[in-house]
Amino acid sequence: MTMIDTRPLIAVCIPFVAALLVSMSHKYPNIREMWSAIASILLFGTVISMTGGVLDGMTYEYTMFNLTDTVGLTMKTDPAGTIFATLASLLWIPINFYSIGYMRNNHEGMQTGYFAAFALCIGATMGIAMAANLLTFFVFYEILTISSYPLVLHERDEEALLASRKYLAYTLASGQLFLAGTVGVYCISGTMNFTPGGFLESHMAPAWVLQLLFVLLIMAGSVKAAVMPLHGWLPAAMVAPTPVSALLHAVAVVKTGAFAVLRILGFVFGPKLLSELGIADVLAWMAVLTILASSFIALRQDNLKRRLAFSTIGQLSYIVLGGALLTPLAFKGAYLHLVAHAVMKITLFMCAGCIIVRTHLHDISEMDGIGHRMPVTMTCFALASLGIAGTPFLVGFVSKWNLAMGAIQAGKPLFVLAWMASAILAIGYLMPVVRMAFFKPEPEGDPRHYGSTSYCMLIPICFTAILSLVLGIVPEIFPPDFYRLAELASAGITAGFGGVFK
Amino acid sequence: MIFGVHSPVFIVLLPLSASLLCLAFSRLHRHLGGWVVQLSLLGAFLSSVDSMRQVLDAGGKTIHYWMGNWQPPIGIEFAIDPLNTAVLCMITFISLVVSFYSKPFLENEDWLHYGGYYTLYGLLTVGLCGMTVTGDVFNMYVYLEIMSLAGYGLIAMGGHKSMVAAFRYLLVGTIGASFYLLGIGFLYAMTGSLNMADISERIVPFVHTPLFAFAVACFLVAFGIKMALFPLHGWQPDSYTYSHPGAAGLISGCMSKVPAYAMLRYFFYVFGIHNTVMQSLMNVLGIMGICGILIGSVMALAQYDFRRMLAYSSVAQLGYIAVGMALGNIHGFVGAVLHLINHAFMKCCLFLVVGGITYRFGEVNLYRLGGLNKKMPVSSIAVCLAVLSMVGIPPTCGFFSKWYLMLGAYESQQYIHIVVLVISSLLNAVYYFRIVEQMFVQREASLTELHEPATKLGLPMNMVVPIGITGLGILLLGVYSSTLVNRIVEIGLPEVLMR
Repeated sequence: MTMIDTRPLIAVCIPFVAALLVSMSHKYPNIREMWSAIASILLFGTVISMTGGVLDGMTYEYTMFNLTDTVGLTMKTDPAGTIFATLASLLWIPINFYSIGYMRNNHEGMQTGYFAAFALCIGATMGIAMAANLLTFFVFYEILTISSYPLVLHERDEEALLASRKYLAYTLASGQLFLAGTVGVYCISGTMNFTPGGFLESHMAPAWVLQLLFVLLIMAGSVKAAVMPLHGWLPAAMVAPTPVSALLHAVAVVKTGAFAVLRILGFVFGPKLLSELGIADVLAWMAVLTILASSFIALRQDNLKRRLAFSTIGQLSYIVLGGALLTPLAFKGAYLHLVAHAVMKITLFMCAGCIIVRTHLHDISEMDGIGHRMPVTMTCFALASLGIAGTPFLVGFVSKWNLAMGAIQAGKPLFVLAWMASAILAIGYLMPVVRMAFFKPEPEGDPRHYGSTSYCMLIPICFTAILSLVLGIVPEIFPPDFYRLAELASAGITAGFGGVFK
Repeated sequence: MIFGVHSPVFIVLLPLSASLLCLAFSRLHRHLGGWVVQLSLLGAFLSSVDSMRQVLDAGGKTIHYWMGNWQPPIGIEFAIDPLNTAVLCMITFISLVVSFYSKPFLENEDWLHYGGYYTLYGLLTVGLCGMTVTGDVFNMYVYLEIMSLAGYGLIAMGGHKSMVAAFRYLLVGTIGASFYLLGIGFLYAMTGSLNMADISERIVPFVHTPLFAFAVACFLVAFGIKMALFPLHGWQPDSYTYSHPGAAGLISGCMSKVPAYAMLRYFFYVFGIHNTVMQSLMNVLGIMGICGILIGSVMALAQYDFRRMLAYSSVAQLGYIAVGMALGNIHGFVGAVLHLINHAFMKCCLFLVVGGITYRFGEVNLYRLGGLNKKMPVSSIAVCLAVLSMVGIPPTCGFFSKWYLMLGAYESQQYIHIVVLVISSLLNAVYYFRIVEQMFVQREASLTELHEPATKLGLPMNMVVPIGITGLGILLLGVYSSTLVNRIVEIGLPEVLMR
């Protein structure tokens, strides 16, 4: 049942208003950070108040104004969007406090701009999550690109400059292709509203046109989701401050890309048309290659943030692969992995940031024995690493199990091997860090200087680590009940197509 | 409301009389002439809004205003339709805003130059408005010349190389005007009428004759020169670069758009696009547009003078409008009209900012703008908005015109246009983000202050407010673009597109 409700609009507006307030309180850092904190809590409250309704089959919808003569800027909360909105708003709370600790302890400059751009990014992410049609989606997609640009550029040095240019080149180019694809979709179908199961049909245009449109649209998602060979910007963007890497390059920006891929697969083209076109298989194989290649590259990285970045690239392709398999369980696994990876990777990045702030170490080879001085941080790191590898009772297991079952359901058990290989590789590139931290002795006459612990940073880390444990043991905990939301989303997508998979 | 049924004529009459009296007032008091002209521009703006209200109240049906109640084909007619009034509102609004902006540049001038500037400024506005509103082809020629002559003067007032630029424009512009006159001659020979609505009916038997083809080609060249359509744009970069910085906003914003609009009116309302001559002409126009987009963008990439870069970018943007016209369907038409209005605001905003930088630092090199975000905050934000709009990032207005152009291109299956639009957006991104990077990232450039800022915003209030208004306009035009399209543009669509 669809209901006109202003809450989707409010959810999108809260971060934007917060950004305005933040930039106006330039002179009072405490008040400035208070705005972000209040906004994050308000936002989560707003989103979570809709989750219950969505679980009962309600859809809240609101049209702000008309974008063009026929298409409106419409916000809608369907199960898939609610998953993403809940996730992003939930994780904004810990990352916000973490940011405060990080930016202050690391004595970063231009904090006002930082917090304002951060809030803008969250607002854009909310818009993307709740966008009801392709054009609205595109609007927020571009806003996200623009508002995350200053964050990549934050350090204002040569390296950041190059990284930001690279970032813009990738995202703007793919954005323009997305726009061309959107126009094409609108012209052949006359609509742009996301419909579970897709609104394009094979009689609307010749197969090659549909395939071309698919490539144009999926390219934009793939760039932000860093599917190889379109991943070049992500490792470069690691020059940004660590909380940015944590939220944007583990949650908001890259997840937006994965979310976009799922939207296009499930809500524009739909499993039925895609299985006729046969083009989703290409995407699936690209994802497999990405998973394997990025894991191998990650093994060779010494810089911790870069290693995590390549791990991100691989993990995101799990989601893409899940979507490209087109079966109910695979879609469900993909949505669950969206959540799971966000929770785990944000923990890992926050730990990396904590290490940087306290010891100014970036390279793994120098981290011998730091677990003795930073036990809590490194325990959380170990927990999240195990989660990435897919250990039972952690959140990563739930999603991977569903993904694997989805592959079997699709009759393509070969893909399960890819996930297994990737899990082993993940142990290979993350566990050595834990081993070095805990089981290697500290170097003689430790030259490293440890800064003071900031609870502002430590508590968020513990929060997300515990979250990954809780979601692993009871995935259907309410709020937010990601498990049932994912089930609803995938059921919607594959409803008209479920007959094939018994 | 204010002038009742006579408001259309006041749009032109008020600035015309004020400009002619301006020098006399200036003799009495240096500032008086400027005030009178500004007051008249306000009146013209209000009359434009009033005309728009009238025509929308009438359901979008064209209002014919007969001068001195002489009926056409003998008398001169002003035609008020929804599109005309939209363009009129744009011109008078920008003109009004920029007239405040010019003041600081004229601080040290004597009464003659002060008054002279506003006389020319007012006359330029008269020419622009007249060309838009008139329904008589010869009358349009008169306004075209008024616009051009005032334009030459304002460009020549810029100092430093501006004389050469103005003279060059004068030579090229005169050729353009002559072609226009020639075109009218052909039309008159065929139809025996000078009234647009009249011609559009009487021309029908002639549309397959060579004479018609000649006439149409003349109009293409004439307006092509005046709107700086590639490859007829040679005069434009110099003129924009060296024109008077106070008036550059109006010159760059409107002076090329109004000929483009006149061309659009001729093609869609007078000649009709469903005959073989016009079809092939549209193809030519499309190719010119595409080349203009690509070459303009590439040339803009190569510039280091901020003003010159903007000028070449204008060549590219005019190409968008040409492409929109050449598509010959509803979406292409809407895109062209929308881009005409949007681009006027974007370019005006950017030129106002450049003028501000010139005013304060005397600097035009775009690689020496480091740290400007601290020195001129409002201008920097306005530049950001304009840049986003140029690249076509929603919700700024530049996105929406591009959207309609793309829709139109799909509709008439001109996929090459889509490719060009995408490439051009990316080129725009390259050369515009360069500026943003300079302003916000690079180390502070050592600039000499020519005028110490009186306010914290870095410029006199007279300049900050217009910059802010045009910057805000970019955003509002984007947000309200559907209103603009649904309520105004689509009501005023030409009949040829309805078939």
